Amino acid sequence: MAEMTIAEALRQALREEMRRDPRVFLLGEDIGVPGGFGGAFTVTLGLAEEFGRQRVRDTPISEAAIAGVAIGAALCGMRPVADVQYSDFLFNMMDQLVNQAAKLRYMSAGALAVPMVMRAPVGATARGAQHAQSPEAFFTHVPGLKVVAPATAYDAKGLLKAAIRDDNPVLFFEHKLLYGSKGARSEKGAVSPKGEVPDEEYIVPIGEATVRRAGKDVTIVASLLMLYRALEAAEVLAQEGIEAEVIDPRTLVPFDKERVLHSVKKTGRLVIVEEDNLTNGWGAEVAAWMADEAFVWLDAPIKRVAAPDVPPPFAPILEQHYVPSTARVVDTVRSLFGAY
Amino acid sequence: MDQQHTIPPLKKEALLDLYRRMRLARRFEETVNDLYLQGRIPSTLHLAIGQEATAAGALQCLRPGDTVFSTHRPHAHALAHGVSPHAMMAELMAKSTGTCKGKGGSMHIGDFARGFVPAIAIVGGNVPIAAGAALAATLQGSDAVTLCFFGDGAANEGAWHEGVNIAAIWRLPVVFVCENNLYAASTPFQEAFSIAHVADRAVAYGIPGVVVDGNDVLAVHAATSAAVARARSGEGPTLLECLTYRLCGHSRSDPRTYRTQQEEKEWQERDPLPNFVAWLTAGGHFTPEALQAVDQQIEAILADAIAFAEASPSPEPMSLYEDVYA
Repeated sequence: MAEMTIAEALRQALREEMRRDPRVFLLGEDIGVPGGFGGAFTVTLGLAEEFGRQRVRDTPISEAAIAGVAIGAALCGMRPVADVQYSDFLFNMMDQLVNQAAKLRYMSAGALAVPMVMRAPVGATARGAQHAQSPEAFFTHVPGLKVVAPATAYDAKGLLKAAIRDDNPVLFFEHKLLYGSKGARSEKGAVSPKGEVPDEEYIVPIGEATVRRAGKDVTIVASLLMLYRALEAAEVLAQEGIEAEVIDPRTLVPFDKERVLHSVKKTGRLVIVEEDNLTNGWGAEVAAWMADEAFVWLDAPIKRVAAPDVPPPFAPILEQHYVPSTARVVDTVRSLFGAY
Repeated sequence: MDQQHTIPPLKKEALLDLYRRMRLARRFEETVNDLYLQGRIPSTLHLAIGQEATAAGALQCLRPGDTVFSTHRPHAHALAHGVSPHAMMAELMAKSTGTCKGKGGSMHIGDFARGFVPAIAIVGGNVPIAAGAALAATLQGSDAVTLCFFGDGAANEGAWHEGVNIAAIWRLPVVFVCENNLYAASTPFQEAFSIAHVADRAVAYGIPGVVVDGNDVLAVHAATSAAVARARSGEGPTLLECLTYRLCGHSRSDPRTYRTQQEEKEWQERDPLPNFVAWLTAGGHFTPEALQAVDQQIEAILADAIAFAEASPSPEPMSLYEDVYA
């Protein structure tokens, strides 16, 4: 067992997979330049030294090409892992992801496979509206893509290894405030959870949620940074006698509905927390599923806590009102007790 | 057509093979056009009638293991690369025996086992993917080449520029073949470009740009051979522009009112197929009877392909849910 940050865990996953499988290679902006910083958040630091710049390929600022090259290489037997510097830049490659990567297998009736991973950092961190979004929900709407969002070092490593071995295109979302990036690339206000990572080989299967805190009174579903807000909220609520069960979905597509359903049947209450804008987020889909499948077990309306429907702002005081806070989660849970 | 073809000297069998590929593409498309008008093929069709010399001339230069990327107008490419006309006909008729089991249709015809990637119908979207396929060959230590077709319209897509640039800086083994048929759907070339040729853009990426008569199958063959050899030897990509013309509309609903009859007549006279026939016979390479024998074989293949497709079952409704994920 070693304690490490998420950035270190991701780096270890990449290193192990590259040692294990010569088909795995990395591409992206600023990931292996000598004297550079190993990607915007240090995840690929040192990998070019071990594997060479053929397998740790720095690209021009050409997101459509990064995605297209990954797709083409994947079609022809490679296992590319692309570093998307900020998840906002996924929108520069939407044709490649939505029209190409997601659909080539289907429209070829299974003749093609696109085993690739797009690693993309999310989260508002005082960078203004174009380096701050949490766009996971866009990709949950596209059949053919898998969407993963790990919140701990253990899951980051295990899920990245699973994503690299998966035969489908995987959008792999990482949170800027969870990396634990060091030095010049450290983030103000970071949570940077360190976690135990086993020395031996393991993977975390895509599609399995996990219970981070057991409770009987209310179910809170939250991923990435919001998981930590939900866990803080659960501590506060416990002081008031409300025992929250906190579920980390870990994977958004395919979504582990059964895990949430099982919990809601026990608690009768459900709150979903997302950092993205409220409207049509993945939480809306979870709410719809549970309204459909858990209706008779619900003792209160399903609630969502999310960013308002405005772009991410710059000023820290505005950003504090934008990103769901622990207090908002607490207040929302409280509102489900008493009146119902 | 240009008679000065000395590089490479093609043997008789290769010449006949070029004719066979062009003739099969022409007759396949004339046939499916009729079937479409009879209501026996659904959807729309983007035909390449008039552009067969580019498809045949370019693709004869490849060998097994190479990879081809096509476009929304893929029939001539696919046939010229040896994709089964039976499976193509079945795909156009939306049958389970089609190249894509009825999930692709005309715009996604392909046969990946043969190196023909099921066609990518987003204009320009195939260019960076072709670069990736070429990168895979490089990383795998193979000398396989990727050939990527696109139209003049694609050269104004951002993905095209990003894909050509990354192929250039990494010296990837890819040949970019632009079929410049003078119209992006209905928009004339000169309204969308401030340069004379798409190939002029090659200089911006530091790669060779070559312009060739795309209706001259031997000229296309010679230029592609050189580009493929360059790619295979590790010298990087070439942008090859083949000047050609659709002798049909952009798609089934196109009355072609944006072109003059005079212009169409001029290009009709440059139809690559009769001109190649004239060259083959006048040059004493083949008798008209020898070519007619090929024609008869093709007619038999097409009749058989139609019978196969019509006798094939539709996809099972539940196959809708298959092949979303690997």
